Amino acid sequence: MSTRVENLISARGLGFGYPGKAVGRNVDLDVRAGEVVCLLGPNGSGKTTLFKTLLGLLRLQAGSVSIEGTSLASLSRQEIARRIAYVPQAHAATFPFSVIDMVVMGRTAHLGLFAAPTEADRAKARAALDLLGIADLADQAYTRISGGQRQLALVARALAQEARLIVMDEPTASLDFGNQVKVLREVKRLAARGLGVVLSTHDPDHALATASRVLLLHDGGLIADGLPREVLTPERLNTVYGVKVTIETLSEGSTVCAPNFGA
Amino acid sequence: MVEGRATRDDETALSRRAAVLAHVRSDHNVAVLASLGVGLVALMLAAISIGQFPLSLTDMAGALWRALTGQVPQGQADTVLLSIRLPRVLASVLVGAALAAAGAAYQGLFRNPLVSPDILGVSTGAGLGAVLGIFLSLPVAGIQLLAFAGGLATVALVYVIGALVQNREPVLVLVLAGVVVGSLAGAAISLLKILADPYDQLPAIVFWLLGSLSSVRGAEIWSAAPLVLLGLIPLVLLRWRINVLSLGDEEAKALGVEAGRLRLIVIAAATLMTASVVAVAGVIGWIGLVIPHLARMLVGPNFNRLLPAALVMGGGYMLLIDTLARTIAAIEIPLGVLTAIIGAPFFLWLLARGQEGWS
Repeated sequence: MSTRVENLISARGLGFGYPGKAVGRNVDLDVRAGEVVCLLGPNGSGKTTLFKTLLGLLRLQAGSVSIEGTSLASLSRQEIARRIAYVPQAHAATFPFSVIDMVVMGRTAHLGLFAAPTEADRAKARAALDLLGIADLADQAYTRISGGQRQLALVARALAQEARLIVMDEPTASLDFGNQVKVLREVKRLAARGLGVVLSTHDPDHALATASRVLLLHDGGLIADGLPREVLTPERLNTVYGVKVTIETLSEGSTVCAPNFGA
Repeated sequence: MVEGRATRDDETALSRRAAVLAHVRSDHNVAVLASLGVGLVALMLAAISIGQFPLSLTDMAGALWRALTGQVPQGQADTVLLSIRLPRVLASVLVGAALAAAGAAYQGLFRNPLVSPDILGVSTGAGLGAVLGIFLSLPVAGIQLLAFAGGLATVALVYVIGALVQNREPVLVLVLAGVVVGSLAGAAISLLKILADPYDQLPAIVFWLLGSLSSVRGAEIWSAAPLVLLGLIPLVLLRWRINVLSLGDEEAKALGVEAGRLRLIVIAAATLMTASVVAVAGVIGWIGLVIPHLARMLVGPNFNRLLPAALVMGGGYMLLIDTLARTIAAIEIPLGVLTAIIGAPFFLWLLARGQEGWS
């Protein structure tokens, strides 16, 4: 019919921040199905604020956001949640919900106001746990599993939500080396299944390894948007982080970023 | 044993095992809830029979039969059962169930297991209303009405303050506003105590502030029960969303829940339940704090199961306390004293144990 690939989310001239405090301005951002878009920027550059604005949790300060072609402002919470799933940083919950209960909460946007999840919803939650290889955690308390397992459980919850776009706020923060790789591997698999993923990270290596596109956020504005190897140059990383780095492509094909610790 | 052939496919086996486990688990919860219900009925029968005028099961059956078939009550046993013992037992269960359910809802809402139904000042507000009623020498019904109105008005004031303060964590603002307005109401209570007649009014005030069911008759139950039910209905209907809200505002919103609106409904429902029972029974602490914990230890934090468990356990606990209050000494012991004597050490034990069900 048409060769145009629909944007799952599309922001134009976006200004974002908290009431009375602007954090960023003039951001354009598009995510298509099957893409992993990596947002890189130093602490305080506004990555989380930008995400919250995209999710409709903070009011737009300027510009527009449309989700699958519909304006964000015209969508209800439930309609947004059916289109975008949010994976917060792994947190400690107040109450010891079982992992399966936690994941089933992803079904809320598909339930009636007074309904509780049915067996079909539980089956979807279990399928999501299966997909991430943590089905055996289903009946454990979410408060008793490790940080990496919690992060995977939150990803499973986003899958159970059945949204086409998943927004992940630093999914690898506070995870050990092995769990970081595991979570990122799952992110790539999700994109391969046709979902769109936006994630923020502090590690250029993660962007180089997983991203289809990289956005570099600096001083409240985007200073680059493109392919990882084009965006992540030693010059730009020096500008943004004030650190000298070497970027090398290894013999097996992957590209890595090594900071220079010397004087 | 169950699915021997499925072992070829590890993932399928794993998910089936999870499904089987989930079934076992939900059966276990059904069994727990059923035995709690049976325990409550047994406790009610025991509480009806115990007292200065002991009643046997035969007495109870006869009196109930005569009452239900419209016959004239016969003898003292019928009078004790129908006009004193039964209303009091039913009132205990109603009061305990309402306080525990409201406590469970508030703990989820404020994401804090240390929260009790009076966090937003409903008890102190109701206390102020009742003390004012006693001070003005109003009849019992007037005192109850003022207590009810005082409880609702206090929480409404706290909520409006919370809504007016912008740019801050809404839950924190609510809690702090509750503390401030509550202590203001507490100051007004102290002032009225000093102004009250020390021989006539002051004992009544003190007794009311410590909670008692000794004056409860059928009329009080008929006035409180419909309001408790009215508050309970939204909690039952929104049981799943209350789980989601306990993850925090932002996460709940991202999962598709209108967090602000839901919070208003839950506060209104839990406040209505608390205010209507505080109006007839006085201020009774600890139940709304301790019982939800106990219920969570038994059936987990999922509000689907937590709510019925808290209702039944709250009712049973209040009944136990009230039966002790009227039987262990020559005088009636105020309920607030007993719930604290039993509740405080229990809470410390919970704290030391640091068990699951705690935060």
